[in-house]
Amino acid sequence: MSPAAPSGLLEVDGISVRFGAVQALDQVSLSVRRGEIIAIIGPNGAGKTTLLNVISGFYHPAAGHIRFEGRDRTHLAPYDVAALGIARTFQNVALFKGMSVLDNIMTGRLLKMKGSFLLDALYWGPAKAQELEHRAFVERIIDFLEIQAIRKTPAGRLPYGLQKRVELARALAAEPTLLLLDEPMAGMNVEEKEDMCRFILDVNGEFGTTIALIEHDMSVVMDISDHVAALDYGRKIADGTPAEVRNDQAVIDAYLGVSHV
Amino acid sequence: MIYREAGQFKTSYAADQAVFPIVQDRVVVAAFLVLAFVLPPAVASEYWLQAVLIPFLVYAMAAVGLNLLTGYAGQVSLGTGGFMAVGAYAAFKLTTAFPGLSIPVVFVLAGVMAAAVGIVFGLPSLRIKGFYLAVATLAAQFFLIWLFNKVAWFVNYASSGTITAPPRTVLGVMVTGPEASAAARYVVALALVVVFSVVAKNLVRGRVGRSWMAIRDRDIAAEIIGVRPLRTKLLAFAISSFYCGIAGSMLVFLFLGSAETQAFDINQSFLVLFMVIIGGLGSILGSFLGAAFIILMPIFLTNAPHWLGLDVSVALQKQVELMIFGGLILFFLIVEPHGLARLWQIAKEKLRRWPFPH
Amino acid sequence: MDLLYGVFVGPFRDMVTAPTFLAEVLIGGVAAGLMYSLVALGFVLIFKASGVFNFAQGVMVLFAALTLVGLMERGVPMVVALALTIGVMVALAFAIERVVLRPLVNQEHIILFMATIGLNFFLEGLGEMVWGANVKKLDIGIPDESFTVAGILINKLEMTAAATAAVLVGVLAVFFQRTKIGRALRAVADDHEAALSLGIPLRTIWVVVWSVAGIVAIVAGIMWGAKSGVQFSLSLIALKALPVLILGGFTSVPGAIVGGLIIGTGEKIGEVYWGPLVGGAIENWFAYVVALAFLLVRPQGLFGEKIIERV
Repeated sequence: MSPAAPSGLLEVDGISVRFGAVQALDQVSLSVRRGEIIAIIGPNGAGKTTLLNVISGFYHPAAGHIRFEGRDRTHLAPYDVAALGIARTFQNVALFKGMSVLDNIMTGRLLKMKGSFLLDALYWGPAKAQELEHRAFVERIIDFLEIQAIRKTPAGRLPYGLQKRVELARALAAEPTLLLLDEPMAGMNVEEKEDMCRFILDVNGEFGTTIALIEHDMSVVMDISDHVAALDYGRKIADGTPAEVRNDQAVIDAYLGVSHV
Repeated sequence: MIYREAGQFKTSYAADQAVFPIVQDRVVVAAFLVLAFVLPPAVASEYWLQAVLIPFLVYAMAAVGLNLLTGYAGQVSLGTGGFMAVGAYAAFKLTTAFPGLSIPVVFVLAGVMAAAVGIVFGLPSLRIKGFYLAVATLAAQFFLIWLFNKVAWFVNYASSGTITAPPRTVLGVMVTGPEASAAARYVVALALVVVFSVVAKNLVRGRVGRSWMAIRDRDIAAEIIGVRPLRTKLLAFAISSFYCGIAGSMLVFLFLGSAETQAFDINQSFLVLFMVIIGGLGSILGSFLGAAFIILMPIFLTNAPHWLGLDVSVALQKQVELMIFGGLILFFLIVEPHGLARLWQIAKEKLRRWPFPH
Repeated sequence: MDLLYGVFVGPFRDMVTAPTFLAEVLIGGVAAGLMYSLVALGFVLIFKASGVFNFAQGVMVLFAALTLVGLMERGVPMVVALALTIGVMVALAFAIERVVLRPLVNQEHIILFMATIGLNFFLEGLGEMVWGANVKKLDIGIPDESFTVAGILINKLEMTAAATAAVLVGVLAVFFQRTKIGRALRAVADDHEAALSLGIPLRTIWVVVWSVAGIVAIVAGIMWGAKSGVQFSLSLIALKALPVLILGGFTSVPGAIVGGLIIGTGEKIGEVYWGPLVGGAIENWFAYVVALAFLLVRPQGLFGEKIIERV
């Protein structure tokens, strides 16, 4: 296990979370370097989503700290976490079903929009100009993720794979420093996975966004991640490069298994 | 089929975001508005103005208000009557305390007061959702009505317990009070409705509307994006109550002339909710369609039997009305939760392609 | 100073100096509370078993009472009328399941709630159309007279209602907690689709539950109707049942009783001892304000299940 780098973009330090009798996370520590892609792996129920939820501000840990860009951010509310530059997607796609794809992605720009209520009411001058400016930005993301054809479709009507892509677009619209992806490729076929991998690598490469993703497909993990952390029963059992973690005995016992060919 | 849209390309985002992207739509709407201002005062009978058009405008205002809160922001409210009452009584007190104040200003101030009350009763919405919130709004409804009944100050100690609209003029024309003509009242109501509908439409297609819809659809995901739930919900309550408050003032000043608290009771709240559900949740157009439907239905029911040569008692008519309203609510919720507005959209789509099926 | 005295001292002094009167007010409150509970029970049943908040429960009470009285007025003997009314309510349950519940399976609760509002108005119109809108007298053989016990006036009718409510609650509580069907019902309330996938016969269950709720509605209708006559305002009691449910918890049968008692006694005591200070009619909003306070502090009520949202 390689030691955590002291000045990462995101420092998770001894986080513990309990739900009643269940210890969901037990003293988990992790360091994410700026610009890297880290994969979080582990069996179901290991606490991976819980970890993302703590980072997002949904759960407040019973113990431990979270430092983002050097400052302690442990007890923030989700909307304050968003203001820091952390965006995420959800395991069960959390799109706004009643809104079109375009509107969904535009909501991702909310934090960037300065509001003058009165001007909004008149849709005039600065309010209109701002709206159009954000529309232009969102259109670039739509081009990037190749979803032009569905921009006016209500999100609820899209097939699952496209919904996941729209959710990624919405997260990108916020121009995040850190992007948290919860099983972005669940339920996708090979082609869709390849597309998604390409998008993730492009986001990381072109925009320099740091990405943390929860993923079960080991080939994806091996291919795209720089850094892997493994969780089991709420505890971190491995942390290092993909190759290191792949060969770690604890990880093999808990999760990967051995092939008996 | 009615007109060709092909060949109209939008070359800018501004064109795409317009409310009426198609040129013909813009022309039609503009013409319609002009006609609306000119035609009824000139040719419509007193009956039509007084019994149909003016109440339609009043309730359309209230329906837009409720739709903003329930349809766009997803906060169910059964307190519409109460907020309308706040607007009405506030307007009444303002006109008696400041006789020189112009009526549109009075209405807006009454709306602001209703908005303030709306914020107070909207505070629970951070902690409770769905029909629990509906119960909280019921508390608002019953409490407000009781308050206006009990505290005689609100009716200026009149023993009848009613508030009456004093005569006021706008630009020299008498618009409220017993001397005001139905045509004058109609024009004022129409102006108010047009202005505030435009505002509502602008709000819902921009930043504010999107944050409301985000809260409605998936409030947890909304927080992740940075929407602040309390602020957003309170804004919805405030604006919705503002509209309902103006509607309440319009009800007394431009429609009924005088009113008691009964005009704002729980049945009003249900009535406006029906308008919003039938017309279409989350649609400004839907608010108008729903209001029109609910205003016209009783008139249709009163007259239809005569046309068919049947003799129907008033009581039976009321009962059938209830059954139709209830049945339609069920129908729309099951078949088309987006109400008449969506049916209208579908109809337009079909017309666009007619005679081809797709 | 006067006001402080009036609010914090006066009423309590009045209570202590006239204990028999206080007892009567309390008993009246308890009886009223139990009557509310009877109506609330119907809500709890349906909510527990299908997750639907049936706004139309009040109107079902009215409808049941109207049918019973309507039949009796036409000379049908009471027992037969009762049997027929039960039949009508069961038929109603079938109809509701077919027309309202089945098409809306797995929709959000708020949609179902609004559907029951629609149902409420529909049944109101229908009931009035079929049976007429005037107030009717319901005579079930128990006289509306009072007798005294230890100097306290007790009303026979109210006592009967109270006893009936207590028995019903006991039976239903046992049913839900102990029996296999009760467990199945709780599964259905939690997640329709999951329950279906387990092979639970959703439709049968719904019909059963709505029928039972219909029978509870009959009982409530009889009690209320005998007390104050069968009339339209009976359906407004449904609105009063809402605060009862909030206090007791939407999913708790004993909660419906406790909630009813608190609201009933609270209302009466509030009205009698503090009412005169503010000109009376506190009863109109007291229950709702208490409910509101509860919603802010403990939304699941005293006995309900905590609502947990998963991300």
